[in-house]
Amino acid sequence: MIGDRMDILAPILLQFLELLMALALAPLLTGWVNQCRAWLQNRSAPPLLQPYRQLAKLFEKEVVLAHNASSLFRAAPYVIFACMALAAAIVPTLSTDLPFGPAADAIALVGIFALARVFIALAGMDVGTSFGSLGARREMLIGFLAEPALLMVFFTASLISQSTSLSTIVSTLARGEFTIYPSLAFAGIAFSMVSLAENARVPVDNPTTHLELTMIHEAMILEYSGRHLALIEWAAALKLYAYSCLGLALFFPWGIPQAAEFANLPVALAGLLFKLGIGGFLLAVIETVSAKMRIFRAPEFLGTAFMLAVLAMLVHLLLETGK
Amino acid sequence: MSSLSGSGFLSIDWLLTLIAAWLLIGCAGLLAPRQLGFVGRTLYPLGALVGLALAAVAFGALGETAEVAVLPLGLPDLPFHLRLDSLSALFLLLLGGASAGISIYAAGYLRKGEGTAPGLQCLQYHLFLASMALVLLADDAYVYMVAWESMALSSFFLVTSDHRLPEIRRAGYLYLLIAHVGAIGILLSFGVLQSGGDLSISNGVADYTFAHMRAMPHDAFWASAAFGLALFGFGAKAGLLPLHIWLPEAHPAAPSPVSAMMSGVMLKTAIYGMLRVSFDLLHHPLWWWGVLVLALGLLTALFGAVFSAVQSDMKRLLAYSSIENIGLLFVGIGLTLTFQSFGMNALAVLALTAVLYHCLNHAAFKSLLFLCTGSVLHATRERSLGKLGGLIHRMPWVAWLALLGVIAAAGLPPLNGFVSEWLLLQAFLFTPSLPHAYINMLIPVAAAAVALTAALAGFVMVKFFGIVFLGQPREEKISQAHDAGWLERLGLVWLAALCVLLGLFPVYVIEKLDFVTRSLLGVGVYPAGNNTPHGWLLLAPISADRASYEPLVFLLMIGAVITATYLIVHRYWHGRARRSAAWDCGFPLQTARMQDTAEGFSQPLRQVFEPFYRQTRELPTAFDTAPRYRVVVEDHFWYWLYLPVARAAEFGARCVSFLQQGRISIYLLYSFLTLVALLFLVRG
Amino acid sequence: MSHYYGQFINLLAAILLLLSFAMLGQRRILSLINLFMAQGAVLCVSTATVAFVTGQSHLYWSALITLLLKVILLPWILHRLIRRLNVKWDIETLINIPTTMLIGIVLVIFSFNLALPISELAGTVTRATLGIAIAAVLLAFLMMITRSKAVPQVIGFLAMENGLFFAATSATYGMPMVVELGIALDVLVGMVILGVFFFQIRERFDSLDIRHLEQLKED
Repeated sequence: MIGDRMDILAPILLQFLELLMALALAPLLTGWVNQCRAWLQNRSAPPLLQPYRQLAKLFEKEVVLAHNASSLFRAAPYVIFACMALAAAIVPTLSTDLPFGPAADAIALVGIFALARVFIALAGMDVGTSFGSLGARREMLIGFLAEPALLMVFFTASLISQSTSLSTIVSTLARGEFTIYPSLAFAGIAFSMVSLAENARVPVDNPTTHLELTMIHEAMILEYSGRHLALIEWAAALKLYAYSCLGLALFFPWGIPQAAEFANLPVALAGLLFKLGIGGFLLAVIETVSAKMRIFRAPEFLGTAFMLAVLAMLVHLLLETGK
Repeated sequence: MSSLSGSGFLSIDWLLTLIAAWLLIGCAGLLAPRQLGFVGRTLYPLGALVGLALAAVAFGALGETAEVAVLPLGLPDLPFHLRLDSLSALFLLLLGGASAGISIYAAGYLRKGEGTAPGLQCLQYHLFLASMALVLLADDAYVYMVAWESMALSSFFLVTSDHRLPEIRRAGYLYLLIAHVGAIGILLSFGVLQSGGDLSISNGVADYTFAHMRAMPHDAFWASAAFGLALFGFGAKAGLLPLHIWLPEAHPAAPSPVSAMMSGVMLKTAIYGMLRVSFDLLHHPLWWWGVLVLALGLLTALFGAVFSAVQSDMKRLLAYSSIENIGLLFVGIGLTLTFQSFGMNALAVLALTAVLYHCLNHAAFKSLLFLCTGSVLHATRERSLGKLGGLIHRMPWVAWLALLGVIAAAGLPPLNGFVSEWLLLQAFLFTPSLPHAYINMLIPVAAAAVALTAALAGFVMVKFFGIVFLGQPREEKISQAHDAGWLERLGLVWLAALCVLLGLFPVYVIEKLDFVTRSLLGVGVYPAGNNTPHGWLLLAPISADRASYEPLVFLLMIGAVITATYLIVHRYWHGRARRSAAWDCGFPLQTARMQDTAEGFSQPLRQVFEPFYRQTRELPTAFDTAPRYRVVVEDHFWYWLYLPVARAAEFGARCVSFLQQGRISIYLLYSFLTLVALLFLVRG
Repeated sequence: MSHYYGQFINLLAAILLLLSFAMLGQRRILSLINLFMAQGAVLCVSTATVAFVTGQSHLYWSALITLLLKVILLPWILHRLIRRLNVKWDIETLINIPTTMLIGIVLVIFSFNLALPISELAGTVTRATLGIAIAAVLLAFLMMITRSKAVPQVIGFLAMENGLFFAATSATYGMPMVVELGIALDVLVGMVILGVFFFQIRERFDSLDIRHLEQLKED
């Protein structure tokens, strides 16, 4: 009897564990990337736990709202945070057997990111400052190319595994007979380009800038303060975490256990941390070696990513369908 | 008036009664054409009730066996044949449901002194509704064309209700012209369908009933001819490229409830016609029909999205967005035809379900958005996006309901737009199983284009909502705006509720749509006996392993996280907030004119998609005392296709104008010569 | 086991295609040369793999020639050339890059359909890659069309030869040794002649922009 109940309970518990772990680990990943970047750039690095302190401080602070900020402005941080938390929770990291999994497949995941994007852009336009609408416009410019590119990356994986369900995709890639998928090479490059753009990273945007000519993400959230800003910063960290886990799940899926058993947990967790550590370091390397593009190079950059993702699909149909 | 074929009062008889009721309500408007209270507070709400009843009857008729009726109207020996099957019932349901919301809104929307007298407009409006219903019920080409033409004419009068403005007259004229060119295509298509290509008149009386056309065997050539003509005719009505030109002119010209009706419902009658001809009257599609429709649909969708992004008039923006959605619908139809032509009906059904679902969705969210623009228009007297702004403070009801419409139109979960987009993309994922190498490879590229279009729709909707409702009012007078009245709100809430329900209960909707797909393709998404194998929560059209989506769980999860976060943040920290001036990086002086205008917001897109547009720009120089920036974005098609045709027509007319002499005896001579020539011809 | 070799060659083919697209989307001449070098390396590995799978020893020689010529010698010459000519800066393309890539995708689909009937006849492990080889040739051609400077055009020309070479190994397991040596010599000589041309063009017009050649036309 107890065993039966555990069979039902274990995945649900694990699901909540994944959500909590995402919430807890996301700022750590951001801190790690910042630290690596500082090392690579010969600066003295901020402590690893700096993002947590920042969040705690922001939650303590008072919220200052612009006079004409509407209720949408106050609601948006919660919506964005919830979207990102949900996205981070449905990406298989510790197990592929997630009870929330069927609620949203890969296409719906793209939808969640898009929903958050729309809300953050609207919030940017709400106060009616010149910077806010500038950021919103640029964010939507990046979004309209990054979103289909991401969708096409998922399509490639879906064509391989005959499914759009993230769990099935990951199990097929991780546990099927070993096969080399050249299409995933294309998809991987497209995915990296999209993630750089979506997470406001260097060649497209700079997360630390406040310079008028360059900022995108920062311009939209200029008017936020206190707990609202904390939620948005946390959501940004969650987004980076979700994208990293997604990249790992699609292109390096080895080590994600199938069944939701607690015995597998330590190994899976260690594997995840290891992979995230490497991924974060690589991100810092990319950010260090590349220069920020002009804003009008960004559509070209993302257009290239989109084309590569389409090409990935074609390569799959041509080389891997096996006639 | 009805056939009453022995078995009591059938659904179709109820529907006919309701259509007659619409006509009666319309005529009642003539009793007191200037009595705003009577027309607005009595007749329009009655019309909305009739719409609701129509939807209820049609809902009941889904999945029942087809009913036929013969009305002894019309010419002698040519009675009206009517038929109610699942396809008709679905579109009647759409008509009834959307018109209920729009009519109740119109009841509150009517104002004195706006164009046509309210009573007359009431007649035109209800005639428009009745003729659309009749189009959906028609079972022979004769009644179909009569209803189709009265639909076009009544909507023409509605579009030009503000006929004192020359640009509205011009828009109406263009609309009427293209509607008629399209109607000729449809008429010829029916002609080909009924004769099966046998052009000799000798085989007796021509039979124009759909039953006859269905039974008629068509060889490949004549079937293609009929299909091509139908595509041309219905494409003209739907706004398929390159016949879209009337749509962005007519929609903004019409009063908002009429724009909502045209965009939400009338465009769907063209989709209905397309489905009727392609899947019911013709039986064996050729694969290239599918590819042709798919390609045209893609072009239309991309074109509509790219153009709606650069509009600065809010109704034109929505009109172009309608073109985009029509494009997506045609993409779905093309995909269905392609699958069907290879005999893969089990896959075709997924694409067809996406089409039908999107018809319902588009009717709900686009009507909602058009009605919202109507409220904004009445509150501010302003249609140009560059002069609006900040209305969320003055018009919270309209703003929040518009936000729902915007989320639905942008195809975001968990509302309805996402569901049909999801289904369409799932259908695309099956194309590798097509046994044709070229199509196999081209269709993933098409899927990419669909994804791009959907993302562009997000851009457009952020622009629309952000510029109209958010920010600061760009003009002084905007801050005097008032929210919509309770009748208008009721209409908006009804349509918004439809968006939400269609988004949250896809399994239930698809179960109903299965009746239609089963009647057209012989299969449904779900197996016939076991309607919902995965329960009513989980949408998994193929199998839960392959693809699944649970909008309700999705919404509940997001809601739970939001609530939990809110409670935790407020419990453990504080809820203090203080108002202050906007920071904006410390810029000292800020005015509302410093916000992005509509042109500014879409400037990056104008640069990215430059070849699509025909732009004329006036840039100020550094020494202008009153600097002025102006940009006009136009459509290449107007210059490449329409103007040459117009010029050719004019040239042709001038060539034959020497015949016009003005003397009666010369005209009589023409008639005489014609008579003699004809007599000479028939002599042998 | 040969199953995996097939997959490995497919992977190399995909990388070759990826490099072709990267060249199509690259603005900087230096990176272009490096990409060309990488393409040569991929070619060398794939030839060696085919040689190993089929046991044809002359393919090892081709792999060696490829290594010497395309990975070492030609990039070295090109590097020297651009240092001497001092043309390291970015080059603008005639058509913007996403559009070029869109045309590239159309070319890929086209070449695969072109290769379909041939590869159905072939019984080699590498038959699926013929389409990619044709695509690589066409893409290199496209790159030559869209660049207006002389050096990228030469790189395009060399990349085209890479595609042809790949087609030869993938479709027929390589050409006879004599032919291969001849082609290698041709490429080298062509390279030298083009190098001389560069200096002549620059002397004449003070620039390597080949649009200046339009001035030579008699009016």
